[in-house]
Order: sequence, then structure tokens, then C-alpha cells
Amino acid sequence: MPDKTINGVTVSTDDDGFLQDHSPWNKDMAATIAEEEGITLTDAHWKVLDYILADFAEKGAVPGMRRLNKVGGIPTKELYSLFPGGPIKKAAKIAGLPKPASCV
Amino acid sequence: MSDEPIKKVSIIVSKGSLDGIYPGLIMANGARMEGIEANLFFTFFGLYGVLKKYMNDIKIATVGNPAMRVPDAKGMPLPTWMGALPGMSAFATHMMSKEMDKLDIPPIGEFIEMISDAGCGIYACRATVDMFHLTEDDFCPQMDRVLTVGEFYELSAGSQIIFT
Repeated sequence: MPDKTINGVTVSTDDDGFLQDHSPWNKDMAATIAEEEGITLTDAHWKVLDYILADFAEKGAVPGMRRLNKVGGIPTKELYSLFPGGPIKKAAKIAGLPKPASCV
Repeated sequence: MSDEPIKKVSIIVSKGSLDGIYPGLIMANGARMEGIEANLFFTFFGLYGVLKKYMNDIKIATVGNPAMRVPDAKGMPLPTWMGALPGMSAFATHMMSKEMDKLDIPPIGEFIEMISDAGCGIYACRATVDMFHLTEDDFCPQMDRVLTVGEFYELSAGSQIIFT
């Protein structure tokens, strides 16, 4: 697991750049990871990230698309436009969570 | 062998049973979730997956399915003749739909909507549409267009083509 420095903090990540440990994560770090993915975080992004973080804390897993739609109230189209090129994967990475493990 | 990532897929769904339609939908949705461009092409009985009157009534074929088991997959297979008993197909479909719901795999109608919203193209096969005497009105609103095989290949330029 390669180490990486984000905003002066050294964190360990998996081979795809997902944080191994969520504890050093904070909102500034999220903004930096997002920049690396070509995304500038707005309130709309934070609505998604906050939901994913809360759901992860409760369920221990990154929610899938349907859960984000039905429970999180975030439409599929919006997710794809906020996080182009792999919405849940990118959102999980920015939220400092592990790579999503579900097929849907 | 190069490790060039897959950029575009065309997935052909040719069977009209539940286990014939879902794999294609899961693969198409999964592709979009990985940022891979995707197109779904429905042909022959697979077309029932996008016919608004039938898409939410798709069943598992229990006749001639020697792998049929109760959900834990480790039990004895169901004797194949039992698959022909009245109500078997509906029962097996009900059991599997329940398991899929637990995994947050949506019913077909909702899944098609999700996949379409994800930016995946959804197409129907011209020959089958003519053979089954169908019109545009028979399709769910997410079906983009009826394509000939030639148009399908044109649209699939640069794609990996997967036949299910």
C-alpha cells in the first residue's frame, strides 16, 4: 500500500488511491482528492458525500446507486453529472472511504 | 497483450427469461459505473426486457433448468420434472426477486430507467420488431431507437461486443 501526502498529511492508500484508514480524512483533504479527480466540490457534491459518509457509518458499506436514489434522494443523472466517469467510485474516494464492493 | 482499459461496450440481450435479461443489465450498469461508455441492444426474446407491457413480468424458466436449487445453492437440485409443475416459475421468480431486492438490484423497469439515466444507449433489433409485429408504442420510453444490425455495428465502433 503506497503512502501518499495530501495537504501535508501522509496517508496510506490502496493501489487505486482509496484511503486505507478514514481517520486522517477531513473536508480539506476531500477537496484536494477531488481536484486530483478533476472535480471542484460544491454544495451539491457535499450533499452526496455527506449522505455516503453517514450511510457508511451506519451500514459499514458504500451505498449503491439504488440506495443513493431511493434513500439518499439523489437522482442517477445528477450523480453522473456531479462525478463524471464513475460516480460512486469517485465519490467514495473523495469521501475517504474504501472502494465500493457492490456490483450495482 | 496490452492492459489498455476497456472504454466502450455493446451488450446484446437475446433471451427473455429473468436470468437471460438481468446479466446484461447488470453488466451495462456496471460499465457506466466504471465510466465505460455502454450500449444495450435487445434482440429476439430479449426484447421483452424493454416492452412496457411485459418488462415487469419477466420470469425464470424452471423447465429444463438442471441447476435450479433452493437459494443457498448447496442443496440438491430441484428434479427437472418439478420445474413443469404449475406455479413453479412464478414461485422461483418470487424467491429470486426477493434475494435481488436485498442486494438493491432493482426490478427490470426501474433498472432500465436507472441505466438509461446513467447514459447508456438502449436499442431494439429491427428484425425482431418486424417479426413480433411491434411498434414504437410497445416500448418503454427509455428505448432510444430501433436499429438494423448494420446500424448496431456502426454504433459499436471501438466497442467490445458482449452477447448474452
